[in-house]
Amino acid sequence: MAVDYQKRPEAGYVTKELEAKLHKMWETKPGLFGVIATVDHKVIGIRYIVTAFAFLVVGGLQALLMRLQLAQPDQTILTPEQYNQLFSMHGITMIFLYALPILSGFSNYLFPLLLGTRDMAFPRLNAFSYWVYLASGLFMYASFLIGQAPNNGWFNYAPYALKPFNPGLNMDFYALGMVFFGISTTVGAANFVVTVMRNRAPGMSINRLPIMIWGTTTVSVGILLANPAVSLAFFLLWLDRQFGTHFYDTAGGGQPLLWQHLFWIFAHPWVYIIVLPAMGMVSDALPVFCRRPLVAYTLVILATITTMLLGFGVWVHHMFATGIPFLSMSYFSGASFIITIPSAIATFAWIATIWTGRVVVTTAFLYFAGFISMFVIGGVSGVVTASVAADLQLHDTYFVVAHIHYVLIGINLFGVLGGLYFWFPKMSGKMLSERLGRWNFWLTFLGFNLAFLPMHWTGLLGMPRRIYTYPEGAGWSWVNMLTTVGSFILAFGILLLFVNVWMSLRRGVAAGANPWDAPSLEWATASPPPAYNFTVMPVVASRHPLWEDRLGESEGHSSIERGLILDDGKEMLATSVIDAAPRAILKMPEDDPWPFLVTLAMTLGFTALLLHWWWIGLAAGVATLLGCVFWLWPRGDLAQTKGTAHE
Amino acid sequence: MMERLWNRKPSIQAPRIVGRLALAPLLALASPAIAASEESTSAPMYYLKTFGPKGDITASLTWGLLAIAAGVSVLMSVLVIVAMFRNGRSSMATPGSPLPIAHPPGGHRWIYLGLALTTLVLIALVIWTMDVLAEIDEPAGEPAFTIEVTGQQWWWEARYVDPDDPSRSFVTANELHIPVGEPVRITLASRDVIHSFWVPALAGKTDVIPGQTNETWLQADREGVYRGQCAEYCGLQHAHMALRIFADAPEAFQAWWDHQLEPADEVPEGSELLAVGERQFRLQCGACHAVRGTLAGGEAGPDLTHLMDRTTIASVTLPNTPGHLSGWIADPQHQKPGTTMPNPDLSGPELNAIRHYLETLD
Repeated sequence: MAVDYQKRPEAGYVTKELEAKLHKMWETKPGLFGVIATVDHKVIGIRYIVTAFAFLVVGGLQALLMRLQLAQPDQTILTPEQYNQLFSMHGITMIFLYALPILSGFSNYLFPLLLGTRDMAFPRLNAFSYWVYLASGLFMYASFLIGQAPNNGWFNYAPYALKPFNPGLNMDFYALGMVFFGISTTVGAANFVVTVMRNRAPGMSINRLPIMIWGTTTVSVGILLANPAVSLAFFLLWLDRQFGTHFYDTAGGGQPLLWQHLFWIFAHPWVYIIVLPAMGMVSDALPVFCRRPLVAYTLVILATITTMLLGFGVWVHHMFATGIPFLSMSYFSGASFIITIPSAIATFAWIATIWTGRVVVTTAFLYFAGFISMFVIGGVSGVVTASVAADLQLHDTYFVVAHIHYVLIGINLFGVLGGLYFWFPKMSGKMLSERLGRWNFWLTFLGFNLAFLPMHWTGLLGMPRRIYTYPEGAGWSWVNMLTTVGSFILAFGILLLFVNVWMSLRRGVAAGANPWDAPSLEWATASPPPAYNFTVMPVVASRHPLWEDRLGESEGHSSIERGLILDDGKEMLATSVIDAAPRAILKMPEDDPWPFLVTLAMTLGFTALLLHWWWIGLAAGVATLLGCVFWLWPRGDLAQTKGTAHE
Repeated sequence: MMERLWNRKPSIQAPRIVGRLALAPLLALASPAIAASEESTSAPMYYLKTFGPKGDITASLTWGLLAIAAGVSVLMSVLVIVAMFRNGRSSMATPGSPLPIAHPPGGHRWIYLGLALTTLVLIALVIWTMDVLAEIDEPAGEPAFTIEVTGQQWWWEARYVDPDDPSRSFVTANELHIPVGEPVRITLASRDVIHSFWVPALAGKTDVIPGQTNETWLQADREGVYRGQCAEYCGLQHAHMALRIFADAPEAFQAWWDHQLEPADEVPEGSELLAVGERQFRLQCGACHAVRGTLAGGEAGPDLTHLMDRTTIASVTLPNTPGHLSGWIADPQHQKPGTTMPNPDLSGPELNAIRHYLETLD
């Protein structure tokens, strides 16, 4: 584009006047308009976190109900249909509506702060991805209102998912809900990838990125590659159900296994997608409490990327019993073993970091230490199931249930809770109570292990998954009782977290900018950070900008107090991909209601498809398109029309 | 027939466990408890103690894997704890107070050493796995016959096929007999959704998938009753889709097969109760259930020609006692909510007659 207007930004110091000026430009307007129109990544991040925790609580309550039903043999607290809906929604909730969104929340909040910039690359898209997440979650949960929640597990195998066996709306809620939800994760992932490539503090070359940035970026690429498979799978399922196509239906020459391939090609990478960013959070935060940089930064990043890549090549290990020839299974078995290697790199890096560091024991640190143990247990039980021959016995027993809970609670939830204790002071400006934190950690940790460690044994005793009850003579009674008791202790532990958050918000100790004496850029600004994050654009000269003087390892000096002043409207820097050299000044959008309005139109559209209101569906589709046109119409204030750009 | 089957069980050579379980069916007659309590051990689905070559070799591998897994978990957790206390600990007096930072060398050694060890162990495990996989792929000898198992919501149909004489085929349900010490081929098909065929004490799972026929094989080296259960979620009553494998001595197995080929005995002349029962059964139940030798020829439900040879009903959900039989026929939707068997419209006397008739099907 022809450059009509050139601006050379000036460097300057942080001043009160500048802060006041920026505040006026960047703050979200008060009132309802501000609530629906805000594009502030910090607000959106916190919304993600709060919503994901709300889903965690709901999914947890579902689990407690199931644990009551299973506490003793032959109980009738729940009917089979209720149990099936609960275990299905528990999986869907935890895996889709909690596990990724909670990480998206942390990433949304932290990306611009860690990267030393002011917002995500596409702030309105960011708001859109949150609204769609919320809407798709509520859409799926609306199924409870008519008593027809999905009842075929999160894996949702055909042909049980097809109309002859499942005539209600249950599966339609799930199929449409997942296509809807996929839009949120896809645009969110694209936003992370572009942000990390284009919007970093000058000098933050890719070898200086925090590991969490690497984790989230890696899985965002993974999402972009994996998501099409599942959106397609659910769309085809919907077609089979509504229009009598035969993708999964043998009567018309379809294949039930097509579903399993499409689903697991997505869902196995998804498992890594919902743990790698949490591993990144631990890799960044754990060293702070060991008072040293992470051991083997480069290897840990390579391990992250390798895990994601290998994660795309092991999906058949969910299908070892489907009659696939043993020769092809041996490939997938081998690949599943190999995936241990990058995980081992990360584990040894964490242990070496603790071993060679000087530990500050905080609640966050306890969560990270617990995380390492849980990660190892979940990892090695994964190795046991990677062995095809052994897996033919272990598959679809509670051994696998124990395994996934060690992986998902151990790696995702423990990482997240540690991360929350670590970053909550940044988000709120208040410290969480360490004393309550200890109670919170130990109850969570002990409850979790009491619930899930004996569950491996339940699996070895041959208890199949997804059964709503079991006979007395099966020998599964006492282990199930243990698990039920443990799950209630775990739930109580989690409750203490909310108590801690509530008390801290009311009368927590002020945190200050950098309560942990941590090294990365988010700690260089106030807690909570101002709407514009950084008054002047920081310049980075090392991997640990706030530690570099004491470590004495960088060649130059990072500059926090002095940097480019971008105050000509909402502005931030575009930087080059590898070296983060400044390239352009970007004009950032104001608060904008269109993402919310487009989401409303889409929600109406999906509801119409669910209920076969075809004309309303069409109208909602047109409204969605029009909304996008208004949203994306080139605007002068964003330098999108001729004569307004400057580079 | 029932007497004969049960009495031959406590054979002298049979080990104690098998002896105990062989007596169990007798107890079930008197006991209202769920049938599963009769099975071999207190944990009939446990698969680290197995009774056939396929299960045995897998169990050793699983034990090995579990031992390594437990060892690694303990080792790494101990390392974390030791690492925490090794250099003494600092504490954070007030938020924001600076603490010393260091960058001691030597961390990479951990990774190189850890990686080398991990890789060696993994290579060994891959080789072991592949070895076991090759072992369990095919039985040592060619199986003498095939059982064609059809999974459906929520029970198992089994068609025994004699390759040499097609006229010696028959159909039964949920309780399969096999000759001890011999491999048996099992083909698996589904009539509706995906199920998974699993008898843990003998072998791992094989899924039962509509549109394709999977194959597996079983061999039991000891006489006994082995519990199996559907392992792939298949709907409302996935929890109650069990099966039993009876491993019999070869002669007993042959006798069982011969007996299964026979049609049902005719209702004896002069018994009004049984005649009513037979007629009511044909009218009320015959559309779904077959009793060979009578006009009842339905194929949707289990073949009941030799119902009294079975120790359990409703896919190993209830013991096969007169009381449970009556309860099941009167109200299957209570016993197994959602089952494809509808609650019948029967008067008390009709129910009684049907139950008495069924008791003659031995």
